[in-house]
Amino acid sequence: MSSVALVAIGASWGGLHAIEVVLGALPEDFGAPVVIAQHRQVDSSDGMLVRLLDARCALTVCEAEDKQTLDRGVVVVAPPDYHLLVESGTVALSVDAPLNFSRPSIDVLFNSAADAYGARVAGVVLTGANSDGALGLAQIADRGGTAIVQDPETAERREMPDAALSATPTARVLALAEIGPALAQLSTPGIRSRP
Amino acid sequence: MIADGHDEARERIEIDLLLEAIQRRYGYDFRGYALASLRRRLWHRAYGEGLQTLSGLQERVLHDPTCMDRLLRDLSINVTEMFRDPSFHRALREHVFPLLRTYPFIRVWNAGCSTGEEIYSLAIALHEEGLLARTRIYATDIDEAALGRARSGTFALDRMQRYTENYLRAGGSNAFSSYYTVSGDAVRFDPALGAGIVFAQHNLVTDGSFNEFQLIMCRNVLIYFGPKLQEEVLGLFGLSMTRRGILALGRKESIRHSTHADEYEPLVEHEKIFRRRS
Repeated sequence: MSSVALVAIGASWGGLHAIEVVLGALPEDFGAPVVIAQHRQVDSSDGMLVRLLDARCALTVCEAEDKQTLDRGVVVVAPPDYHLLVESGTVALSVDAPLNFSRPSIDVLFNSAADAYGARVAGVVLTGANSDGALGLAQIADRGGTAIVQDPETAERREMPDAALSATPTARVLALAEIGPALAQLSTPGIRSRP
Repeated sequence: MIADGHDEARERIEIDLLLEAIQRRYGYDFRGYALASLRRRLWHRAYGEGLQTLSGLQERVLHDPTCMDRLLRDLSINVTEMFRDPSFHRALREHVFPLLRTYPFIRVWNAGCSTGEEIYSLAIALHEEGLLARTRIYATDIDEAALGRARSGTFALDRMQRYTENYLRAGGSNAFSSYYTVSGDAVRFDPALGAGIVFAQHNLVTDGSFNEFQLIMCRNVLIYFGPKLQEEVLGLFGLSMTRRGILALGRKESIRHSTHADEYEPLVEHEKIFRRRS
């Protein structure tokens, strides 16, 4: 299997804690960029989520800026009220209409990741109380990418993992604590200078 | 297996041919647009037309101009709201208006005004600061239908609660409802606000500079452009600015990677408001 070149994570209700656990298990020399769509309030204060996550994991966490390059070991979070998409090696943002009432939409992120990275993307669906991400994860799996779903039993809200699993029954089901270590195994560690 | 399922290389050919067909047939040039959003929007139109492939969309667009109108709408509509990012509009009042006030006659360009939410927000703020009467605002967009809606100054009633909250957080000092009249499920903004606004079709990709402005506002438009096109449009803005002119972009847009970056200094950095150095 080719090494994973991009990790895309989608989370909603209860996502902050879940993302923290996943990122916390990634080593500083993690060999792929990580992109995250976490549902949140349009007005959520600028940069709060990013500061929290950055303080609690070994990787660098930042809020996406348009055309930013995707670097291994750097975590890019969708800004509130923007869709986050990826192109080959860079971030792209959009203010297209919300999808399923969500902007950022996990489906939009996953769909763009599947298009740009094909089999070299790992998509992860975490806790949430809706079905966003189910369609996008299926697209990632269709293109030969790795589909991972948080075990609904370990999710704060199980609706989103359940929906992802019914759309992609072949996805790997992992307890929250197992997801980070599994991602670390899928990517080749990279050498990276930390400022 | 090339014939089966999704094939990125084949889709790329279809996209390239479709964009070339549009450019040659209708003159709209989307070839420099950012691929990820463009692809979503093309597929959105294809599905809306009941089509399964982008080459199918190419055929319909070439033979049916009304399909091109629908596609143009999909490719150009920028979903926005009044006083989107209230802190940005507050920064305009606090840091940009004092500079504009020093000019006897003020010219503003809102490039990519879409359906006009942002431009009416600006007009209200200029009015409250006593500047509207000596300001001429040029609001341009590629899409004539969007301009028509912008020109009418009409917005959905059910958005007004949200817009009122934004307005207050942006530093508005009046009763927001005093600016519009309700008619059915729509509201119409006071025509006096629109009196100094010139709405005109302008294509940032193919049309040139048409005036010099003290303030150019172009928010969340450049995100849809690829790097090369962004570069060209930033060049166009530079040509369209007075000495020490001001450029306001969207909250997550950047000029950092551009060769034009050195021509500007930050005026309100975190709101992406820049000022030309010369």
